[in-house]
Amino acid sequence: MSEHITVNIDDQEIKARPGDKLLWAALENNIYIPHLCAIKEEKRPNSSCRLCFVEIEGVSRPVTACSRQVQEGMVVKTRSPQVDRLVKTAFELLLSDHNLNCRECPANRNCALQKIAKERGIKLKHNRLKPFNRTFELDDSPDEFALDRSRCVLCGQCVWADRVGAEAWIFGFAKRGIDRVLTTFNNLPLAELSCNECTLCVDACPVGALYYKKD
Amino acid sequence: MQLVEGEREEILACVKEVLGNNSKTRENLIPILQQVQKKLGYLPALAMEKIAEGVSVPAVDIYGLTTFYNQFRLNPPGKHQVKVCLGTACYMVGGDITLESFERRMEIKEGETSPDRRYSLDRVACVGCCTLAPVVVVDDQVEGKVTPTRVDGIMLALEENGESPGEQKSGTEEDGNNGEN
Ligand code: SF4
Ligand code: SF4
Ligand code: FES
Ligand code: FES
Repeated sequence: MSEHITVNIDDQEIKARPGDKLLWAALENNIYIPHLCAIKEEKRPNSSCRLCFVEIEGVSRPVTACSRQVQEGMVVKTRSPQVDRLVKTAFELLLSDHNLNCRECPANRNCALQKIAKERGIKLKHNRLKPFNRTFELDDSPDEFALDRSRCVLCGQCVWADRVGAEAWIFGFAKRGIDRVLTTFNNLPLAELSCNECTLCVDACPVGALYYKKD
Repeated sequence: MQLVEGEREEILACVKEVLGNNSKTRENLIPILQQVQKKLGYLPALAMEKIAEGVSVPAVDIYGLTTFYNQFRLNPPGKHQVKVCLGTACYMVGGDITLESFERRMEIKEGETSPDRRYSLDRVACVGCCTLAPVVVVDDQVEGKVTPTRVDGIMLALEENGESPGEQKSGTEEDGNNGEN
């Protein structure tokens, strides 16, 4: 469709296609909004990371940009005291059970958490919330890559890659609340499943949870 | 968990029967899982795999679902079932310490069954006798004020009772019956 919509984000007029989600419209125009769980092709986003909040004029509370469709004449602010507070809290919650040790992490300098921290001036440190350490067994059963769940942010990017890209149906999520965890069937090691090591999931992981082994 | 002799056949037959009695749709997943668990006492991995095939849902999603809801158990109930109350009252007076003591003694974690299927350990929320906190239910019998020392006592009693006297008794009774018939 050639039809275009004009949206104003942070005083910048941008063009978008009807039906586009606000998050992607902004990102495509180099306007940064933090995000971890959003997948462009997904019709009904999970909106689970709670990092992509923005303010829309005429809407009383901040909304998640990954789930909101653009509308003609929409006026959006990516920052406000309320937005910043929500994002900071969501980010701190994510970090609270994160094995934070960037120096030894395979994703160091190429990590979505580091990027969000930098963009929003949030410290990559445990401070307000007490760290909650969960212990996981490292799954290094595949030849090429490994999964360290202590760095997983439960974004679901690997699950999507595994299902839609690879059609392997290996990954999913188990348990709930603070115990929520990326899993395989019966929590089996990856090498015992029908994983053909296409590594689409590794490429999809925005942090250091799925990573290539060094040889 | 290793399947015991004959269990594989039992599981396959059970899943087949339940799938036969229900329409195999996603909406029916929970009732199907409930029915299988009712018959088998738990949901073995093999049953989850077969149900996944039958209903055309990825096996990992069945696992996700059965670990999400507390009503499902993935380990067989032990010969002796210990349930530690972690309701508010029991938790406040150290129910979690009681649970830890059991975990150490049984060498399993909460929600698990010992490999010989002798013990299973679970947590429950308020069994309704908070004045006795911390409360533990041992094979349907309520035990009150279960401090770690009492845990040792309970475990000793279970070890003794299960070992031979109890088993042998029922064994001889059965033998006797068989003889009479
Ligand atoms: S995943 Fe990112 S934030 Fe976490 S330890 Fe690795 S580099 Fe640091
Ligand atoms: S392993 Fe990586 S991609 Fe998968 S859910 Fe965890 S953080 Fe996301
Ligand atoms: S990107 Fe919007 S909630 Fe995660
Ligand atoms: S809280 Fe344990 S019996 Fe009520």
